[in-house]
Formats: sequence, structure tokens, C-alpha cells
Amino acid sequence: MKGENGNLVSAVEINNLSRRFGKHLLAVDNLNLSIKRGEIFALLGPNGAGKTTTIKMLCCLLRPSSGNATVMGKDILQAPQAVKQVINVSPQETAVARNLTALENLILMGKIYGINSGKTRARAEELLEMVGLGKRSGEAVKRFSGGMLRRLSIAMALISDPCVLFLDEPTAGLDARSRKSLWELIESFRGKKTVVLTTHYLEEADALADRLAIINKGRLVALGTSEELKQKLAGMETMTIKAEDLTQKAVERLEENYPRVTLTDGKLIIEAEKLDFDTVVDCLRAEGVRIKWLSMKEPSLDEIYLKITEGGQMDESA
Amino acid sequence: MKALSLAGRNLKEVYREIAVIPLSVGQPVVFLLLFNYFSKSDPAAPDIFRIDMLVPGIILLSLGFITLFSALFLARDRQSAFLTRLLAAPLTPSDFILAYIIPYILIAILQTVACFIMALVLGMSFHAGILLSFIVFIPLAIICIALGMILGSLFSENVAPGIGSIAIMVMTLLGGVWMDLSWVGGWFERIAYILPFAHGLDAARVLIGGGAVSSIGSELIWILGYMIVFISLGILSFRWKTKP
Ligand SMILES: Nc1ncnc2c1ncn2[C@@H]1O[C@H](COP(=O)(O)OP(=O)(O)OP(=O)(O)O)[C@@H](O)[C@H]1O
Ligand SMILES: [Mg+2]
Repeated sequence: MKGENGNLVSAVEINNLSRRFGKHLLAVDNLNLSIKRGEIFALLGPNGAGKTTTIKMLCCLLRPSSGNATVMGKDILQAPQAVKQVINVSPQETAVARNLTALENLILMGKIYGINSGKTRARAEELLEMVGLGKRSGEAVKRFSGGMLRRLSIAMALISDPCVLFLDEPTAGLDARSRKSLWELIESFRGKKTVVLTTHYLEEADALADRLAIINKGRLVALGTSEELKQKLAGMETMTIKAEDLTQKAVERLEENYPRVTLTDGKLIIEAEKLDFDTVVDCLRAEGVRIKWLSMKEPSLDEIYLKITEGGQMDESA
Repeated sequence: MKALSLAGRNLKEVYREIAVIPLSVGQPVVFLLLFNYFSKSDPAAPDIFRIDMLVPGIILLSLGFITLFSALFLARDRQSAFLTRLLAAPLTPSDFILAYIIPYILIAILQTVACFIMALVLGMSFHAGILLSFIVFIPLAIICIALGMILGSLFSENVAPGIGSIAIMVMTLLGGVWMDLSWVGGWFERIAYILPFAHGLDAARVLIGGGAVSSIGSELIWILGYMIVFISLGILSFRWKTKP
């Protein structure tokens, strides 16, 4: 993957990357990933999974204990300054200069990345509109609300027009509307910029990312598009039925077809990899059961996610 | 250029934060007024409280406060995610150092000018020595800021101000602000003349008293040497605490 071809298409190449804190904590454990140019890539995982640690290493803010990575073909260990020139990051904690106005914050970041004043100013104003802060651009940001600071912090990562954008929990603390419009903004980079974002929400990764990596306790546990993951990690289809005159015989008859049938609170729950609607209904009708209502659920990525990250948080406190 | 942009941010953060500038300029002026009042009302007051002897001392005291303020500022920055963002940007260590030093040099100059204006109001006569004394005060200011950078790098926001206060005490006591060092003598005087502050104050008093620059050559070398050492230590401790 490190050949010339690899570098042309890949924005981030992570090779056996590990980071240890102290003796016992392996925060990132031998991570291998290749993120394509123009891709929106999500790192998904529970608290303490190692997402921020990974991002920090890729941004040259933290030295790997072992392994290496390249960003746009530049080595994070050998050429950190070259890496820094082509990336930008919105850290997990809102990172703004508190006594400056929103506009000043953006212009400052633009200048720090070496963009000339005129261009920076125009771009700053445009970005403030984009994140919905256009009307408050002249206000000191220490009076901003949490969500406003968050949006400003993301705009500050965009001012340098980076090739690779790292967003550590970009939507944490945003209301539904802001989240939606931030998603739209990130969507608009698809194919143009490489975006690596972290999130706790599967829904977010599913909606935004071209591919997602699930990490748990520092290890990569699943990688692919959300469709691929759904297939690969195939969960169960579930049917929930509320019925009158439910007999033991009817349940037994169902069990002949689907071994996982449970009866709780008067509701019949049937789980199987593939459920056939007619089969279930016919079985019940044949036993004279009258169905009051019925619901079917596809295998959800949520369940898969919860399953494969099981124990992550509990181990954390141990 | 990048360093100047960052210096601009630091300056704004400092002067927009309540009271930093009024405090750092107003305080030495008030001290000057008070001590001048004491020495006027007590004919037996020692020479060291005569206005032309007092002014350089109060200026050194005010530079000490710059150590405290700059240490606090850096310690705060280090704990904020904003520094994370800056460290991820293509900035060099010298950009950071310049950006932290420049705003405080401006404040130091402002303080020093304010002290001299007050002293002139209180009856000191104006002459070229006052302007010349800046060749002593500016390196002294840089020493104090660099010391602030060292403290702000090594200590947290909660601890740095306390250590800064101790630094002010040491600086002014061993600098000879409050008493004539030769009068104390002994080990105290020897230690005082190992540090740069007594040399700085002596040199400034000579210049303000009308002496020639050529007569303070050795003091100047002493101060400039310390300036280089402190800046280097400041860079080292900042890099040590922020390295990946
Ligand atoms: N500077 C540090 N010193 C010691 N341990 C650390 C440090 N930074 C992170 N860790 C530990 O490394 C592990 C991974 O942390 P990390 O911040 O990468 O998790 P995360 O996936 O970003 O979690 P969250 O979703 O809560 O932000 C945690 O156990 C954390 O305590
Ligand atoms: Mg995190």
C-alpha cells in the first residue's frame, strides 16, 4: 500500500500504529487503516476507545509508541511540519481564543496558515455564514453558547482549506438543526476533501461516512461501508407480534420454523437471520390465532455496534 | 509574520482581559506616589527612597509583575484546547516564543514610561539618561518575561501565580529595591550580584543619575548574558511541556 500508486489515492495510511500510556494502558493497539482521498471516514467507538489518541497522532500532536502513518504521502514522524501544512483539526474540546471575536478567531487561524489577509477575511465571512454565525461575527466569543463555540471551532478548522480535515466529535452538543446543517456542510466535501471524523453515534457514521471503522479498546474491530458491515456482521431480523388467543401449540409450531421464539408481556418475539412474513402469519392463522398488530425490524447496525463494543466502557473503569 | 499574528492575538487576550493593563500600569504609579510621600514626610528616610533612586526600583518591581502575568497567561493557554489547535498548525517554536514575548515587551515599555512620567511630575528633572536607561530596562524586561515563560511552562494555572509572587519578592529584595545592598553586605550581597537584577538596578541608577553608558559595560554584559540564558531556558521548558 505504500507504493506510488497507494500514495496517489490514499490520504491517510496508518501502519501498525500503537500508543501506550503508562505501563498498562494500550490506548491504540496496532492500528492499520487506509483512508482514501476525498473520502468521508468515521472513527466510531465508545468512550476511551482511542479515537482522540489516534487523531492526535495523525496531527503530530502525540508521538506513537510504535508504528507510523503518512498523511497525503508525508510521514508524521519524519515530516511533521509538512503534514501540519496540509491538515487542520477541530479538537474534541472547543478550541477558540476567548477574548477575540468570532471573525478575529477565523482571521487569526487563516494568517497562521499563511493565507493573505484579504483572502482570509473574505473566506472567514463566508464560513461564518455557513455555520450560522454571520450575525454575531463581531461579538467576543466568550459570550457564545456551547453549540455556537462548537460551530466556530469547526469553521476555524476549515479556514485553511485543508486537504485532510480531522473533526473530533464535531456534532457533540449541537441541537438537531445545527447537527443537520453541519452534516450538510460535511457532505459537501465528499470527493473534494478527505474528512476523518470521530463520533459516538452510529446513526451519524451511517448517514455521513463513506466508510467507517469501529474501534474498541484501541483495536479495530470492524471496517467497511455501513452496508458491508450490516451484511458482514449480519444481525437478526426481528418480528414482534401481539395476538389474541395465543396458544402453546401455536408457539411450538412457530418454533419448528424459527428456533428463537420468546413470549414476554403477551408479545411474541421471533428472531432469525431471515424471516418470512407469510410463513409466520400462516402458522399463527392455522392455529386460530388472531393477530392484533405486528412489526418487523431489519438487522440494525446499532445492535451490531453495541455487541462488538461490549465491555469497552466497563473495562475502562476497572 | 505568523509570529506577529499570534502576538496580536496574545496582546488582545491580555488587554481585553479585565484590568491587566490598568493594574500593571497603575500599580507602579501608586507605589511611586506612596513611597515619595513617605520619604518626604520623614527627613531621615534613606537615600534609596529619593525619587531618582526609587524610580528604577519601582520599574523593576513592575517588571516582576510582568513575570507573574506572563506566567499565568501561558499556564492558562497550556491548559486550553486552543493551544492544541495552535500546536497542530504549521508554527515553529520561535513563532510561539516571539508571540509570547512581544506583547509583554510593549506592556513593559508602557509601564516604564508611566513610571518616568510620574517621577517627572513628582519633581525629577528630565535628561537624556532617562531615555538611555531603556537599554537596561528592555533586556531586564525580557529576562522577566522569559522567567514568566519558564514558570508558565512548568507550573499549572493554580501554582504559577504563587511562584510568580515569590519571584517578585526575590527579584526586588536581591535587586536592591528596598535597601542598599552594600549596607546589608555578606552572603546576601554576594547572592544578589550573582543574579542580574542588582546589576540591572545599579546600571539604571547610574544612567538616571547622569552617568555614561561606557561606565556600565560590565553590568550590561551581565544582564545580556542572563537574557540569553533565560530565553533559552524559556524555549526549552515550553518545548519540553508541549512536545508531541
Ligand atoms: N495524556 C494521556 N495520559 C494518559 N492516558 C491517556 C491520555 N490520553 C488518553 N489517555 C487514555 O487513553 C484511552 C483512550 O483515550 P481517547 O481520548 O483516545 O478516547 P476516545 O475514544 O477519544 O474517547 P471519548 O469518546 O471519550 O472522547 C483512555 O483510556 C484514556 O484514559
Ligand atoms: Mg475523544
